[in-house]
Amino acid sequence: MTELLDFLHSPWPWYLGGPLIGLTVPLLLWLGNKSFGISANLRHACAILLPERAKPGFFHYDWRRERWNLMFAGGLVLGGGLAGLIFANPEPTRLSAAGAQSIQDLGVQVRPSLFPSELTDLSNPGVWLLLAFSGLLVGFGTRYGGGCTSGHAITGLSTLQGPSLIATVSFFVGGILSANLLLPLFMAVIG
Amino acid sequence: MTGEASIPGVHTEPSSTTRAATGLLLYLLAGLYFGVVLVKSEAASWYRIQEMFRFESFHMFGLMGSAVFTGMVTTILLRRSGLKSRDGQTIRVTDKEKGWRRYVFGGLTFGMGWGLAGVCPGPMFVLVGAGVWPILIVLTFALLGTYLYGVLKARLPH
Repeated sequence: MTELLDFLHSPWPWYLGGPLIGLTVPLLLWLGNKSFGISANLRHACAILLPERAKPGFFHYDWRRERWNLMFAGGLVLGGGLAGLIFANPEPTRLSAAGAQSIQDLGVQVRPSLFPSELTDLSNPGVWLLLAFSGLLVGFGTRYGGGCTSGHAITGLSTLQGPSLIATVSFFVGGILSANLLLPLFMAVIG
Repeated sequence: MTGEASIPGVHTEPSSTTRAATGLLLYLLAGLYFGVVLVKSEAASWYRIQEMFRFESFHMFGLMGSAVFTGMVTTILLRRSGLKSRDGQTIRVTDKEKGWRRYVFGGLTFGMGWGLAGVCPGPMFVLVGAGVWPILIVLTFALLGTYLYGVLKARLPH
């Protein structure tokens, strides 16, 4: 019993987690020929929330046909609660020595959590700026690029879509640039 | 699955609304599954994302590589097997729109946000569920970004 609880609280190695992530693609195809992707929900949410008269054309479509995706996002929230609260890993993420050092250099402590508390301290206006600015980039970029990590890097690549390869490479170029240049800059200001 | 014998006089076929509701519930469960996997595999960990973008660990690369490999093999097998989807349709994969501009420019923009916040859309929902409330700021501004794209769409190169 304690062993089972230990397992449920433990993080999984990549060779278990990766295949389980990949299985989502055939699972959703089988459930109803759905292409697995999460960022489209941001569009659906806009289509639902915006008043009819103020809507740009991009949000004029029957979002009710995409309810499955909103349900999927709802499931993500529940899954996050189940694995991140009830069966949370009590230990800090086991980073590589180099990774732990870089994170310390950023001024962030590695504590048992998914997201560092330095970046959730809302008494710091810099944190607001960082969270808001990255949200804006993510929202704008996913719709412009037609997908995010799930839609392009997982679904697109595993169904051999050329455009998804271009998108995934671009995701990484952007991510490498901001994680190595922009984030240290932000952290120095927030510090 | 199909051709189930029905008892005369007894309506065994579930109504379309019941079917739709059950279907939606299955997507909720699929999301729950994926959310648990994202947390347990640490793909929703800010620390792991930062480590990945600095090439300091194999974890995320192994995770994404094996995910794509598994998705590829199982999707090919699913399509080759001739198995129909739950609602009896032939399995088909929708092709992404052709072109490159939107994928480069949009991809770079998204990547910048991903590296800066250490979260992409999936983990965004997962972290809210895990009680990391400040992520709601990221989510709100992601909605604003999406709206902004809707407004500017016609003026952007695609």
